Amino acid sequence: MAAAPTTVARRSTTAGPGRTGRPQRDHGVWFLVLPALLPILGLSVVPLLYGIGLSFTDAQSGRTQATGFVGLLNFSDLLHDSLFWDSFRIGLIWAFGVTVPQFLLALGLALLLHLDLRLRWLARALAIIPWAMPEVVVGIMWRLVYHADAGVLNETLRGLGLSGAEGRDWLSGLATALPAVLVVGVWAGMPQTTVTLLAGLQNVPPELHEAAALDGAGAWRRFRTVTWPALKPVALAVTALNFIWNFNSFALVFVLTDGGPGGRTRLPMLFAYEEAFRYGQFGYAAAMGLAMVAVISVLLALYLAGRLKGDEDR
Amino acid sequence: MTARGRTATRTGQYAALLGYLAFLAFPFLWLISTAFKPPRELAAAHPTWVPAAPTLENFRHAFDQQPLLAAAGNSLLAAAVSALLAVVLATPMAYVLARHRTRLARAATGWIVVSQAFPLVLVIIPLFLILKGLQLVDSRTGLILVYVVWALPFALWMLTGYVRAVPRELEEAAAVDGAGRLRTLLSVTGPLLAPGIVATALFAFLTAWNEFFFALVLLKSPEKQTLPVVLTHFLGAEGVADLGPLAAAALLATLPGLLLFAAIQRRITGGMLAGAVKS
Repeated sequence: MAAAPTTVARRSTTAGPGRTGRPQRDHGVWFLVLPALLPILGLSVVPLLYGIGLSFTDAQSGRTQATGFVGLLNFSDLLHDSLFWDSFRIGLIWAFGVTVPQFLLALGLALLLHLDLRLRWLARALAIIPWAMPEVVVGIMWRLVYHADAGVLNETLRGLGLSGAEGRDWLSGLATALPAVLVVGVWAGMPQTTVTLLAGLQNVPPELHEAAALDGAGAWRRFRTVTWPALKPVALAVTALNFIWNFNSFALVFVLTDGGPGGRTRLPMLFAYEEAFRYGQFGYAAAMGLAMVAVISVLLALYLAGRLKGDEDR
Repeated sequence: MTARGRTATRTGQYAALLGYLAFLAFPFLWLISTAFKPPRELAAAHPTWVPAAPTLENFRHAFDQQPLLAAAGNSLLAAAVSALLAVVLATPMAYVLARHRTRLARAATGWIVVSQAFPLVLVIIPLFLILKGLQLVDSRTGLILVYVVWALPFALWMLTGYVRAVPRELEEAAAVDGAGRLRTLLSVTGPLLAPGIVATALFAFLTAWNEFFFALVLLKSPEKQTLPVVLTHFLGAEGVADLGPLAAAALLATLPGLLLFAAIQRRITGGMLAGAVKS
């Protein structure tokens, strides 16, 4: 399998007329590619460049006079916008606070599901639920869980004798709102991560495990020396993607708290959405989006570079 | 390891698994419970897990309070059309990406990854302006267009994995037997690819069915809004919600996704992993 692509690549780079015996090849490729490429160019690449351009303008919704170029004004405004930095900080807390527990819990569950336990089918079935649900429904569902009077959380705590929680409204308390939405974020993303990691685990050759066990390696040692090296590429990809998705997430927190109380859960996306579609500040909101991309790119580059370097050192 | 040690390990494993099961299941069970509770029980000082007098009233009220059927129709239309278009457009390109290591293929794969990293707000503002110029804001067509483009990267990603899983040797054998290129694609590759295409389409369908942000921004007329947007109307001002109908509507909105997902879950992870690992 691995040899085949290289021969094609060589053929396509050196293809003189008639040499391959299939001169229509290149036209055929374009014919196959364009149907998907044109929409991507028109409604994904162009808007993105347009959006980057907008962040250097004073574009506003419903304005009659022409939009003007303002250089870096939006960005210098951003620098001094303490509300935005608050939101940014919350976004980072959210992204780390969801991605890390999500990964650890998912890894634990994936390892359990990989064992020969009963009830595995039930866990697999349940893992589908958060994945298949609309985010809006996940938000609604957890609002019912956290509800001060009709919620199951307060009732359970009361049952455990923790009366301090009496009538506590988790999602509107200044101290509890962010932890409460973090739990929902973990819950919502964990199954997808689990299933991906589980698929990765199933690619680990069982012979390696057996060999290590014969050599007397304990469970932890086997995990470190056999499972983890094989799982690492999948783990790397899934945590990087989860981080991006979590940092950019919107619907869940929009439904749970709409950024409240007092902005304690106002993720950058919520902030930028309000700026763009409640106040009509298109240029400024685009600048926020660009700032978000910049931070994500830097963090991801550091993460991936660090990981790859770790591989070389070994 | 001693027998007793092994039993202890097993017990610990089952305890952990049960903990996971409880964590995963309890919000959903509570949603179901709330959906079937009469108002009196919802207002009770001590809410119970099992409704004492289960009722379907909440479902009736849900349909009375919001245009759920119309919203489900809108969602169905947007999801079905966009999923169909996405796989029709993506399958040929995925084939090229999987079989040819050209500069284009590398650029496209790079873009698939990059496009995942951009916050929606950076995309939605220019999209909003472009669609406004085309008179496609507050239009179902506009939303479908956005969903198609939104589904394309993932569809390409998954389908590329599926194409790679079809052995190239089969195609070469068909070519040796004298089958033309198109014929090879249609009669050899196509049938082998069909399950992957179906899984990708269903995945795109679900993504669109569940999508909220674009629908929230692009659709203003109540009669055009999709199910997730209409569901948020139940929350009302300041979160004072009629809990019963809210839960009932949320439960109904989940069912199609759950059924579809149960059918294709295995296949989806297979495809995503194939795309991730073999690239």
